[in-house]
Amino acid sequence: MYPDYMLESIHKVEQTRPERLEIARRLGKQIYPAMTGPEREAILSRFHPDYKPDSRRAVRVGVNKGENLTSEIADLLESYSRIKPEQFDLKKWDLETDVLIIGAGSAGMSAALTAAQQGVQVSLVTKHRLGDSNSMMAQGGIQAATQRDDSPVIHFLDVVGGGHFDNLPALVRALVNDAPESIKWLEELGVMFDKKADGTLLTVAGGGTSRNRMHSARDYTGAAICRVLRDEVYNQPDRIKYLEYTAIVELILDSHKQVIGAIAYHLETKKYSLIKARSIIIATGGFGRLHIQGFETTNHYGATADGLVLAYRAGVKLLYMDSVQYHPTGALFPEQIVGFLCTEKIRSIGAQPVNKDGELFVWPLEPRDVESAAFIRECVERQKGVVTPSGKVGIWLDSPLIDQINGPGFTEKSLPAMLRQYRRFDIDIREFPMLVYPTLHYQNGGVTINDHGETTLPGLYVAGEAAGGIHGRNRLMGNSQLDIIVFGRRSGLHAALRAKKGVKFGKPSLQHVLAYEKEVAELGINPKKIAPILLPDYIPDHVKAKQLTVEYFGNLF
Amino acid sequence: MSDPREMVTVLIMGEAYEVPAGSTIIMAMEYAGFQLKKGVGCREGFCGACATVYRLKGDYKLRGGLACQTVVSDGMTLAQIPFVPAEKPLYDIQNLTPDINAIKVLFPTVFRCVACNTCTKACPQEIKVMDYIQALKRGDIAKAADLSFDCIRCGLCALRCPAEIVQYNAATLAQRLYGRYLAKRSPELEDRIAEIKAGKYQAELDELSSLKKEDLSQRYYKREIKL
Repeated sequence: MYPDYMLESIHKVEQTRPERLEIARRLGKQIYPAMTGPEREAILSRFHPDYKPDSRRAVRVGVNKGENLTSEIADLLESYSRIKPEQFDLKKWDLETDVLIIGAGSAGMSAALTAAQQGVQVSLVTKHRLGDSNSMMAQGGIQAATQRDDSPVIHFLDVVGGGHFDNLPALVRALVNDAPESIKWLEELGVMFDKKADGTLLTVAGGGTSRNRMHSARDYTGAAICRVLRDEVYNQPDRIKYLEYTAIVELILDSHKQVIGAIAYHLETKKYSLIKARSIIIATGGFGRLHIQGFETTNHYGATADGLVLAYRAGVKLLYMDSVQYHPTGALFPEQIVGFLCTEKIRSIGAQPVNKDGELFVWPLEPRDVESAAFIRECVERQKGVVTPSGKVGIWLDSPLIDQINGPGFTEKSLPAMLRQYRRFDIDIREFPMLVYPTLHYQNGGVTINDHGETTLPGLYVAGEAAGGIHGRNRLMGNSQLDIIVFGRRSGLHAALRAKKGVKFGKPSLQHVLAYEKEVAELGINPKKIAPILLPDYIPDHVKAKQLTVEYFGNLF
Repeated sequence: MSDPREMVTVLIMGEAYEVPAGSTIIMAMEYAGFQLKKGVGCREGFCGACATVYRLKGDYKLRGGLACQTVVSDGMTLAQIPFVPAEKPLYDIQNLTPDINAIKVLFPTVFRCVACNTCTKACPQEIKVMDYIQALKRGDIAKAADLSFDCIRCGLCALRCPAEIVQYNAATLAQRLYGRYLAKRSPELEDRIAEIKAGKYQAELDELSSLKKEDLSQRYYKREIKL
């Protein structure tokens, strides 16, 4: 529960609530003026974390060399391999498959199911358990222009407007075109979307959408989709072999300059193995666990950008890796849930962001980057934030409005996960607002692909958050759940077709790793860094100070 | 080195560690120096990877919870359960009937339920697990799908069940049967898919795809917002 001094601010929120409720009743969603283009640019340049002076720097190695990237990404890329290429006998494969998929969130599993349907053998590897991913944690919804007053054309406009018109049109087109079909595909696999009794899909707005286009499954949308895909993967053991607690640490190329395999590492046994494949799909997700600029994150434990490192070392260009998405509403109190996602759907269905005096200061449904910048301005420049006992500053998300606008019981029906999350810490979000602040959420950019999910390296495909270009420099709510299905299926199909057509394998090689490491060595970075990092390191300094093993011998360290 | 925060003693698999009061179990284990590979996942209560059983000081009860959502207390003793050996029957969802027959064939153990309610008490999501198992016994797929919807598959119910039921896998089947067969289809969705297949939006998308940034921007800020 909130301490007394915070309750004083909540009291002010309660005092302005009837008036704000009245505005919502009168004006619907348009309770505050939407920002114009120049207003958006102005607030972003002043308050969005991407615009801080040292947020970006030129990367000094690889195919994007000289380009400004998010500093933590440049750091990650200027790293050595986990392996020594000369220790591997590339003639001895431990596993041979048609399509190898790296990562088992909803993108990887959609790809696996689609590829398997083509009759090819699929191997799906994940460093966690099957389905453990950011996909599973998505709450708010999945976009698709299914409603009569909407269309793929309007969806297209919303996507590129949110992305600052940097999106690759061919990818946006694929996204909006395949969206309704993707909803149908999921329904036929047994995903339960929120519906009216007559079957009409229920939709709400998201930040930056000009129509109600968000389909949800309570506030467990990602889980509802991901668990069905996982169950379906379980059901097809003859076609899809899955390997858990297995990370991929390098790609293997060949003399024809194509990708033909990967080096796998088992997290428990620490054994490496070689997997040969006709096509490979990277579906490793994003980078939240890199804690860009020290931000807390909404992301899964494994969101360490492994796929970016693999593709980049193999010579594939990254796109828009200078852009980071901070979700406006990360939890800020209590301490145990700081950084956790408070779904955008909370605002979609009527909650309003207000400052310590209970004043509305921004339209709740601006695109995420703009909304986040407005929150930061309110706290930093205007000093209208609420300070937590540990000194963090945030703004209120006035959730009690939801039931007042939509009727009693609405929060319970629409946001069971949120209600449960706060109830665990003795806060009833139907009675008290939630204290929030922007939290590191999404990797807007990623590996460059075309509308088949193909990269410039023959045989290599990328799907989901690891890919770049679809969302430009800012993704809208619900387009990630969509993108993982659309590009999961597209990459799965085309990877399978390539495998079926037959691939002429050349001489396997890890030369690209050696060449890359030579570039890194020239930088003389000390101490050396190794990537992919696979898991974040949360061991505190006082323990580290006593972890004094000089070198690791065998398995004991 | 001493931590200025208030500390409590927690027994992680029987060994005592001093950790800051107010930590979740995950935070406590990491503070103690564990590099977690299993028994950890989304860290926000959505993936079910961190099921943990524990006893509180002076309390006879064996409790269950998610390590990312449960706050430690002084004298708490705990063990993580990173994996649950559970039966998962294989099926083709496209060739089932959404009724009691599917349950009889695929989850016969459901009919062993003795209505002891241990599963419900074990559920960290406070789901009425026994009630949805009872619904399945009656062949009420819709009810079971609805009641079990918020399940995150941590496995604690199945571990405590004296009838050896794997509740969460039965829940997945119920939800898929409901979504696939019992939920009515949306006519708008079918119409839109047909329109797209017929190429209705091709020309407009061609045009948008070819616009320069400035023109696209102009089009965007002029678009009608209908919410």
